[in-house]
This record gives sequence, C-alpha cells and structure tokens, in this order.
Amino acid sequence: MTYIAKPKIDLPGQRSNKLGLLRRDYEGVLSTLCAGCGHDSITAAIVEAFWELSIPPEKVIKLSGIGCSSKTPAYFLSGAHGFNSVHGRMPSVATGALAGNRDLICIGVSGDGDSLSIGFGQFGHAVRRNINMLYIIENNGVYGLTKGQFSASADKGSRAKKGEINQWKNIDSVSTAISMGGSFVARSFSGDRDQLVTLIKAGVMHPGCAVIDVVSPCVTFNNHPGSTKSYTYTRHHYHQASQTDFVPPASEITASYAAGESKVVELHDGSKLILKKADSGYNPTNRSGVLRYLEQQRTRGEVVTGLLFINALLPEMHRIYGTANTPMKDLDFDKLNPGGKALAKLQGLMR
Amino acid sequence: MSRRESGDCGEVLASEMKPTNTNIPDYFHQVVDCQWACPAHTDVPDYIRKIAQGDFTGAYMQNRESNVFPGILGRVCDRPCEPACRRGRTNQNPVAICRLKRVAADHRDDISDQLPKIPKQKNGKKIALIGAGCASLAVANDLMPMGYECTIFEALAEPGGLMRSNIPSFRLPEAVLNEEIEYIVEMGVDLRLNHRVESMKALLGEGYDAIFVGSGAPKGKELQLPGREQGSANIHIGIDWLESVAFKHTKSIGKRVLIIGVGNTAMDCCRTSLRLGSEDVKVMARKPRDFFKASDWELEDAEEENVEIVVNHSPKSFVIEDGRLVGMKFEQVEYDIEYGRIVEQWTTGEVVIPCDDVILAIGQENAFPWIERDLGMEFDRWDVPTVDQTSFESTLPGVFFGGDSAFGPKNIIWAVEHGHQAAISIHRHCHGEDLADRLPVLMNLGSRKMGMHEWSFSNDFDPAARRKMEHVGLSDRFKDLVTEVELGFSADQVQKEVERCLNCDVQTVFFDSLCIECDACLDICPTQCLTITSNQEKEDLLAELKAPRRDPTQPMYVSEPLKQTARVMVKDENLCLHCSLCAERCPTAAWDMQKSMFKFPRAIDHNGSSPCQKTG
Repeated sequence: MTYIAKPKIDLPGQRSNKLGLLRRDYEGVLSTLCAGCGHDSITAAIVEAFWELSIPPEKVIKLSGIGCSSKTPAYFLSGAHGFNSVHGRMPSVATGALAGNRDLICIGVSGDGDSLSIGFGQFGHAVRRNINMLYIIENNGVYGLTKGQFSASADKGSRAKKGEINQWKNIDSVSTAISMGGSFVARSFSGDRDQLVTLIKAGVMHPGCAVIDVVSPCVTFNNHPGSTKSYTYTRHHYHQASQTDFVPPASEITASYAAGESKVVELHDGSKLILKKADSGYNPTNRSGVLRYLEQQRTRGEVVTGLLFINALLPEMHRIYGTANTPMKDLDFDKLNPGGKALAKLQGLMR
Repeated sequence: MSRRESGDCGEVLASEMKPTNTNIPDYFHQVVDCQWACPAHTDVPDYIRKIAQGDFTGAYMQNRESNVFPGILGRVCDRPCEPACRRGRTNQNPVAICRLKRVAADHRDDISDQLPKIPKQKNGKKIALIGAGCASLAVANDLMPMGYECTIFEALAEPGGLMRSNIPSFRLPEAVLNEEIEYIVEMGVDLRLNHRVESMKALLGEGYDAIFVGSGAPKGKELQLPGREQGSANIHIGIDWLESVAFKHTKSIGKRVLIIGVGNTAMDCCRTSLRLGSEDVKVMARKPRDFFKASDWELEDAEEENVEIVVNHSPKSFVIEDGRLVGMKFEQVEYDIEYGRIVEQWTTGEVVIPCDDVILAIGQENAFPWIERDLGMEFDRWDVPTVDQTSFESTLPGVFFGGDSAFGPKNIIWAVEHGHQAAISIHRHCHGEDLADRLPVLMNLGSRKMGMHEWSFSNDFDPAARRKMEHVGLSDRFKDLVTEVELGFSADQVQKEVERCLNCDVQTVFFDSLCIECDACLDICPTQCLTITSNQEKEDLLAELKAPRRDPTQPMYVSEPLKQTARVMVKDENLCLHCSLCAERCPTAAWDMQKSMFKFPRAIDHNGSSPCQKTG
C-alpha cells in the first residue's frame, strides 16, 4: 500500500479510447493491498481490458464478497455501480442485479475462499445457470486476510509459510466449472498481463458465465519455496494450452494463422476469438477431452492456462427463462404487475 | 508469457539491447535535466530542497560552488536549466529555478566565514587575467585558495565586465554585483583598474606563469547602410551605448527610438531607452517571432513596458534630412515557413519609420587587435585564436581563453564554467602536467528510504502552476535607471514553488536480481514509463513500450535479464515524475529511490595533496 495518491498527470500525447476516456478514468481508489499482490495486477488488467473495449463505466456493475480479492472492485472503474456482498454470496447478488437489469455488464470478483469454500454452492449455481457475467476468481491458495491458512484451492503437499504441509486435495475451480456445465472457463496468471487482458475481454463479450481462475500469488503469505502458488513456481510450471486472440466486432482479422493450428469461435455480437498455438489435438469445445487433458496435465504438475473450454451457444439465464428483452427496470408498472386477472389466469394454467 | 517464448535458453542474441550501465555518472546525471543543461552543473534540486528547509545560506553556498555568482545569476542568467526542466513535460511551465536562486541569495546570512581560506604562504605561481568579467573572476575564485597570485587587468574603472557595462541595473542592482565580485577580489586579487592591456607580447614578457584572456566579445556588429555616416550622431552600437549609460556618460536619448535586432541586448536597449526619456520605442525584427533570439521572458518583460516589437521589417537605409537622422527605411518582407524553416521570402513594400535615435543590437563579436599575430598563436579563418574545447588553451602554451573571448558570445553561466575548466588547465600547466589528464566526474548514490512509506524528500506530486514574479508598477519603474523591476518571490510563493521541483536527482535505481516480476511498479506508475518485455532489437523493443518514447535524446534504462522469465525491465526516463510509487509498491525493494550526488572536479581537487572531496 501507499500513502501518497497516484498523481493525475496530463502528459502530452496521452491516448484515449473511443469514448474519449483515458486509462486513468477506468481506475479506482488506490489499492490498500500488500505491495506486489497479484490481485493488483488483475485489477490493472481489468482496467486495461475495459478501457480498450471502450465500455462506459456507468454500464458496468462490479460485485464481490469478502476477502482480499473482494476488496479490489474499489480499485477499478470508480464510475461503475457496485455491491460488496456477504461472504460467498456475490453470485446471488449478481443473479438479482442481472435479473433486474439484463443490460448491465457484470463483473464479479471473488477469491478461492469466497468461491471454493464458503460460497462453493453459489459458485456452482452461477455457472450452472449461465448468468451473463464475468466471474473472476483471484486464486492465491491461502486465506490472506486471516494470516495465511490453506484455502480449498491449495494443492495437496504444498507448504505453508510457517512450514506445515497441506493434507487435503485441492478443489480445482476450472474442472469444477466445466463439469457444472460452464460455457466459458479459463485459467490465467496475474503475471501474464497479455493473456489475462485478452481473456477478460473475451469473458466480457461472452454471452454467459465466463469463469476466469487467475493464479494470483500472495506476496505476504504464499510466495515462498514449497508454495505452488508463488510467482516462481507458477512461472516454472506455466503451460499455455492455447493462445487466444480477441478480435472485436467489425474488425478484420489481420494476423495470419496457420491452417489446422487455429480455431475461430464467433460470439453473438460478432467479435471473434481465435485460439491458436494449441497443444496438438487440444480442442476447447470438446468437454470430455478437455477434462481428460486437465487431469493428465495435473498429474504432471503443470499450471495449465488459456481459454480451456468454451461453448458460446449455451443459453444464458434470461434465454432459459424466456424473459423480456427489455430490462425489467425499464418495463412499465402495468407490464411488471399485470394485475389480479392476469395472475388468476396464470394460476389457472398451473392447476 | 511462457518460458519457452521468453527465451530462457540463456543465449543473448547479438541484436538484443545491452543492459544499461548506470555506473557511468552520465546516465543518472542526464536524468537531472536541469543540472545536465546547466553548463556549470549547478545541483538545482538539492539547493531547492535547502531553500524548502529554510537553509538559504546552504542553498547559496551550494550554488556558489558551481556557478560562483548566485545573486547575479538569480537575476540575469539565461537559464538553460528551465527549458530542460522535467516539469515542462507535464503540460506545465518549468520550475522557476533561476528566481529561486535569487531567493537563496536575497535571504542568506553573512557567508564570509564560509568562503575558501586563502593561504598566506603563496605557491609562487603568478597568473595574469585579462578583463575583470565573470570568466576571469571565476578563474581567480578557483586559483586564489590554492595559493596562486592572480593579477586582473581591467580596462574600465570598475570590475564586472559585461555584467556591469551591458546589463542594466534595473535588472541587476549594483549592490548585488559589487558584493559577489568583492568576495573574489577580497581573496587578495591584484585588481588593476583602468589598465587596458595593449600588447600580448609585452604581457608575455612580464614573467607570468600563465595568462588567461577573459576579455569578452567587446565589438558590437555594425550595420553599413546608406546614411550610416551622416546619421552617426544618433546611431548607436547597442553594447557600447549600454556601457556608456552604465558609466553615466550617456544620460538621455530621443523621444522616438528604433532598436534593430531582437536579441537579449536589444531588450536591454529598449528598456533602458524608456528610462532615459524616450516615449516611443520600437524593436525592429527582420523575421517572425519564432525566430527571435531573445529569451521569452525578456521579450515578455519588454512588452510589459509597452515596447512595440515590429516583425518582418528588414532595414534598408537610414533617412537623413539636413544632415540629421529623421527615420529609417525598411523593406516589408513576407516568409514562407515550413517546419520552422524559412523556405522562401519576398518583399511586399517599403516603409519609412520616423525616429530620433537608432540603436543597433544585431550581435557582437570577438576582437583581438592587441594580440600580435607573430607570437606563434594560431588564429582561425574568422581571425579568432584557436582554443581547445576542453583545456581552453590556445596554441601558445600557457595562454588560455575563456568566456565570450573563447568561442564567441554565450552567457555568464558558460563563462563561469570556462573559468572552472581553465583554472584546472592553468594549475596543471603551472605544474608541468598533461592538461588532458583531468579527474573524472564522480557519482555517489544514497538511498532516501526512511520507512515503509516515507522518503527523505517530498515525493508527492504538486500540480500547482508556476508562481508569477511580481514587478514594480509601471508608473514607478521609469523614474530612474536603478529601480529593480522584479520584487523577488514572497514567502508564500517560495513555499509553493519549491514543492514544484520533482527531485529528479532522487533516482529510481533498479536491482534486477530482486525483481519477482509482479508488475506492481508498472501498474502504479502514473506515467507508464516502465515496461517489462522480452529483450529484442531496439526498434522492436521501443514498439513494446507502454507509453510511446517521445524524446529519443532522453536516457532509457534496460535491465539485465530478470530472474524468472529472462525478460527485461525498461524505463523511459523522459516521463518519470520521481514520485517513488514504484519503489513503494515494490514488495522486494527491487526499486529504490537513491539520491545521486555528483562531484565535478575543480582545480583544487587536482592538487596532489588535497584528495577529491565529496560534497552534497
């Protein structure tokens, strides 16, 4: 953390996005996390992605639960709406917010404790319902706010700062999300900005629940030898299953991709994801293949990253429910509340 | 970035950028833009911090160590430091470095006990210095404490050279000038006033161990146009006229005055004319404003006094009626300018502007009629002596040049630096040592970390604008020649202005072995001057920078390969605000804020018995 505020400085030739906003217009208050925290890098990646996508901050809602990770929505998009919920209950609030206003761009920031322990059930249902949100899990393997106990994502056999060995098999958010019927599941690393920014952009544009598990080293409690979530360990066991390019709608694909090595996934708004340099035979649309691959890489001790699974055709919550295209908040009162007769008619259908 | 991609193979490709060697003092020195731009390398940030702490005497002495005349330069320096100031790159005006120097000088205590002690036992070497201007005085200032016996020959009745004769006292009060000259003369200099050196040959025969020529560029340029001879009574050469005013030989001028030329001398001429009774002063410029030689602030000060600056008028002839100057004829010129250069020009007409007097301020040049050409001293094709750029020695061993007489008209601060360098050469010459064998510049770095979030300097960025110098009211300032126009900064203004300094001398020092590549510094940097990227050819690497490199002359730092990914940390020094946020955010102290201190060797440091001492 830092005592002086980041100077707002006007430099000649500063770049602004399509909305005429500077990068700093997408920042929030100054972080109070430990210096060097991976979460701050993820915050910076979110700022960069939203700035580059030229998303108006007031169209965004940012949500979180409890934990170091859940502090971070204060550090980006100060112009956005926000809700800091009860521990592990962010997905419920997201569901409610999106039910009321389906036009919101929703970003939920959670941690391994918030999503894989106390909020495990909420996480599973958010994925299952395919809520149209970007769901970031800032995964550091420890409870940082309570001095570094193992979290549910800590690998079996990894060592805590004080020396004890973790005896429990970890919960892997990625394979969990895929088996829960997720439509977009990725893993990244706070130390790989380029990949993370691309995945965030893709996740924002994806029509459904985009889960990105980001390995985010805790510099204070989990960045020592013996840790499997440290900067050094992650970099040494880093393995990209595939590299993703994000091509915004109405832009031409300019880079050349070797045939057979790349796969194009088109999203509903016309933007495209190009997956390239994949491990031979890796197909992120084949669910059972992906799960098999993840298990195989896990036994090798690799930290597999990239866009690991995608099914852009899976219907999101509103489509499943068949709700109105107009956000509920914009519907007239008599549409929202059609009166006693309409209710009786509806009840009649259920008899 | 995967390990495979980032090239952990360990081999360095020939085309990759080499790690920057920050042990060479020049690297960090260049980051202190003001100090780098100052010919005498005044430690600007350090003296500004001293002023901030109320240590005016310390700030004055720090200045004096480099530029010898802080009180004088705090008023009339050409300020090469200010256009270089980092503040100027933040869409703001530079720090008022020059006027802060005046603050130190105005508020200092008696410093006489802090001046160098002059040894009673002389070293037996006698030096003759020609001209009692800033260059000679600077040489004497360096040599007197070493036991040299210095004799200064001055043609005029008072010492000071152009500082007295050409700079009007409403800009530089006599008391300020006298005091700082006296510090040096009081060291025991044998000052011979009203003593014009008429022959170098004769002087060489007087047995001096070395001769230093600091006689300036005393010849104002002439403008030979029709009518010059007939009108000569009312046509004056700028620097001669200013000298005549300074020594009270000239006490009046006509009501309507034309100044030809727009350099700083022209500005002094027009403002002096107003104080001698003229009512309508026009400065006539041949070219448009962008091509003016005068400093912006001198132009502003003149225009504040309602001097009219007329552009695009090229002098054609002096208009004489009844043997008397009545006006001047100009050609009106228009220019076609592309990218700041005149590509074409044409005349659109002629105009006669009536006037009573004309002052020519179109430049000055060196003249050495008193140096015999058969002494073995080489003169170049402009008929000025060939002078070595480093040692300031002419081709006649033991004869040195400095100030305007060395390489033509520059300004005071250059003359002072010439003096420092010439003093080193004179010392080495007198002891039979190689003049080229000079001590190198030394650098010392010291951390400014005090605690978790505490630095021993004011690192918070203050967006305040430059303070405006208050002036004496227009009605009061023309009453006489000596009323100083600038009032100096008030205490409030000083307090605000010192905080505008970005402390560029507190350097961001990077230790690659400590970096864990967490990106914290990159994210917090308010100017995005940091980038971590794979090392590659310079052009490709520049394309990777988070903020485009706007000034290729500014230093750029490239680290050794980082431990985890073999990428490199790159820093474009151009944009850094020295806010120390990178160092505060760094979890491993791979960035530290360290003050750079430079030691510029003086003559006394070249004394075998006195080892080079660190200051600052």
